[in-house]
Amino acid sequence: MSKTILETQHITKSFFGVKVLDDISFSLASGEVHALIGENGAGKSTLVKIIMGIYQRDEGRIFLDSEEVFFQAPRDALQHGISIIQQELAPIMDIDVAEYLYVGRELHKLELGPLSVVDQRRQRAEAKALFEGLDIDINPRSLMRDLSVAQMQLVEITKAISLSSKIIIMDEPTSAITYKEVETLFEQIRKLKKRGVGVIYISHKMEEIFTIADRITVLRDGKHIGTDLAENFTVDKAIKMMVGREIKEVYPKQKVAIGEPVLEVQHLSSKHQFHDINFCLRKGEILGIAGLVGAGRSELVECIFGITKADEGRVLVHGQAVQINHPKTAIRQRVALITEDRGHTGLNLKTSVEHNISLAHLERLARFGVIDRRTEAKAADSHINQLKIKALSRKSLVRSLSGGNQQKVVLAKWLLTEPDIIILDEPTRGIDVGSKRDIYLLMGELAKAGKAILMISSEIPELMGLSDRIIVLAAGRLTGELPQEKFTQEEIMTYASKFEVLHDEK
Amino acid sequence: MTKNNASKQARLNSFRELGIVAAFFLILAVLVILSPNSFARPTNLINILKQASINGILATGMMFVIISGGIDLSVGSTVALAGVIAATYAHPGEYPLVVPIALSMLVGLAAGIANGLIVAFGNIPPFIVSLGSMTIIRGLALIASNGQPVFNVTKAFENIAGGFVLQYIPHLVIFFLSVTAISAFVLTRTVFGRRVYAVGGNEATAKVSGINVNMIKIGVYSISGFLAGLAGLLLASRIVSGNPTAGQSYELDAIAAAVIGGVSMTGGAGKWYGTVIGALIIAVIGNGLDILNVSSHFQLIIKGTIIIVAVLLDVKGKGNQ
Repeated sequence: MSKTILETQHITKSFFGVKVLDDISFSLASGEVHALIGENGAGKSTLVKIIMGIYQRDEGRIFLDSEEVFFQAPRDALQHGISIIQQELAPIMDIDVAEYLYVGRELHKLELGPLSVVDQRRQRAEAKALFEGLDIDINPRSLMRDLSVAQMQLVEITKAISLSSKIIIMDEPTSAITYKEVETLFEQIRKLKKRGVGVIYISHKMEEIFTIADRITVLRDGKHIGTDLAENFTVDKAIKMMVGREIKEVYPKQKVAIGEPVLEVQHLSSKHQFHDINFCLRKGEILGIAGLVGAGRSELVECIFGITKADEGRVLVHGQAVQINHPKTAIRQRVALITEDRGHTGLNLKTSVEHNISLAHLERLARFGVIDRRTEAKAADSHINQLKIKALSRKSLVRSLSGGNQQKVVLAKWLLTEPDIIILDEPTRGIDVGSKRDIYLLMGELAKAGKAILMISSEIPELMGLSDRIIVLAAGRLTGELPQEKFTQEEIMTYASKFEVLHDEK
Repeated sequence: MTKNNASKQARLNSFRELGIVAAFFLILAVLVILSPNSFARPTNLINILKQASINGILATGMMFVIISGGIDLSVGSTVALAGVIAATYAHPGEYPLVVPIALSMLVGLAAGIANGLIVAFGNIPPFIVSLGSMTIIRGLALIASNGQPVFNVTKAFENIAGGFVLQYIPHLVIFFLSVTAISAFVLTRTVFGRRVYAVGGNEATAKVSGINVNMIKIGVYSISGFLAGLAGLLLASRIVSGNPTAGQSYELDAIAAAVIGGVSMTGGAGKWYGTVIGALIIAVIGNGLDILNVSSHFQLIIKGTIIIVAVLLDVKGKGNQ
């Protein structure tokens, strides 16, 4: 085996008294791709942020080429040849690729301290040479804005290489790119391996991990569950280690009789977002919506809910065509939308659990515009109990709750409106395993009670485990529909990547 | 952790709320000790309430706007316009008393609705909208009065603010207390009040939760405008004339009262009684320092310091959460 270039020993980290990393030891050899897997909240991102010096460890040691290092900030890590490609790319959009590659370390043609003159021509030439060396087809003069997400990632990788990084951390690099682009990314990773670069690869997608990883480390709830060569793993074994249970127990799917259509979407279109969408959701059914980030899934449900307007098409609720042009109309039609981003569109973080729960239901808790506070308190308490929301009292600030409990508050708010149709957009993003399971169970109960559920999720196993049927969106178009017996990751990903065909035709 | 944090937070919040009340009584105590014969006399204490009234009424309207996430700089100008209009229709032997009363409040309401409509549908920051309307309304007040104060009003008009209930309690104080009581009820007990907090706390969440955000915005600016109209009527009655240059920088005192009382400038948080205390603190300091013969120049420095310290405590309190 080649030599170890990075080693962490017994890393421990707590936030606000909660251990998020507990005694993590991890190593990376040169020329190795070491996958770091685990559920949301397992501690993967925290670990790499500690390696990068973004967070400081409480305990433990980090060795780089057998020498102990103490990074105070990401620039220390960069100077020692460690780069990170973040999950959410945040490039500077309005400069060209060459400028972006050299931002913060510009090549100068005149040295005048802070007033030095940048040598644009040399930067472009160097950039071109870099891309050629890596066999990447990107014009150094293109604006960052005009690149696809995959191209931006390639630029990030090129930047990491040009910094002569020995270690590159990739945090969910494929969450927004297509199958074909994943292949391009993997080619580059294989080249990096040949140059002796070590890669820490974080991903949720099992097939990717088994394609590219040499070794796999599993984290769960901040603890190191195991590390082994990839060939000694199977998908089932990996998932079992990640969640600590058998996969059948992870997604408690109930058998529910599916009834009549309650929500029909016909030829729904919105410029630049989605086009000619048709589907039907039935009573008691859980319909999953799959697709890549940016496929138009959230935009579609926001349009159905009346947050944005459709350009064409119509929506039928219980067989009746309805004009939903504001969420209040949707609520009246007994539709609920649990949005993707609870901090921005789900909660009012400045107020209490109780006031958040009652927010969408105030009119029906009031007489002549005056709130019946006793009824409100009762409703809040009963939902806090029903959803097992862990809060000191209904008066606690919702801000003080954990992510999972905050998400349950959003759910409570919408259940109080007694919806028939419940739309969930990434309902388990960023929440702990226990809350996840509670939400899965709740979804089953709701379906059993005759609610119709529409669920968007980027975690394909979750979609497959809970849905009765899955529709797939790609670049704003409905590219596929799968019944339960045809669910496979490959099939779903093929449909989700299908828009390449459309692009190629153009 | 949740448990500890929540109780810590509850303690912190109640400390902050108590803090401002405690500060108020501390200031009161100091002034009583320094000037037991003048300051602490019942007539002077009633006088303080009177001095706090007009600013208190404006601050109450301002509180609605700030909690909703906005700001209304136009209230000072509205005070002048409403006062000028009221005095114009209050000459002896012309119109019944109800005309100047109704007109001044309608003028204020109209200004508020205009502000609200532009903020809600124009998608322009409230600071800019009300900065513009502040200037426009001041211009209207000057035009309506030909740039001259409007004198010669009826005794009955003078009595609106100048009269007393039970010989001792000025009408002004009654107006202030009534406005406070109604506002407190609207803010804490009604669907509208709850939605004002929701819009200021997180506008996107409010919209997704089915709240007509635009209506709430129009509502709060209307309240602010209406109360500015009322304040203009009361001021004109008190100074027995309609002055087109009256009410300058009143909006800043109203904002100061709300902010000292713990209303968050970022919206979504604030208590009605905080605003009352804020208005009282400003009045007490002005009155007390006058009695102690502190020059009005120094008073400005003290008032400004109090505003900054109050917000500093607010920010520190939040930082600790």
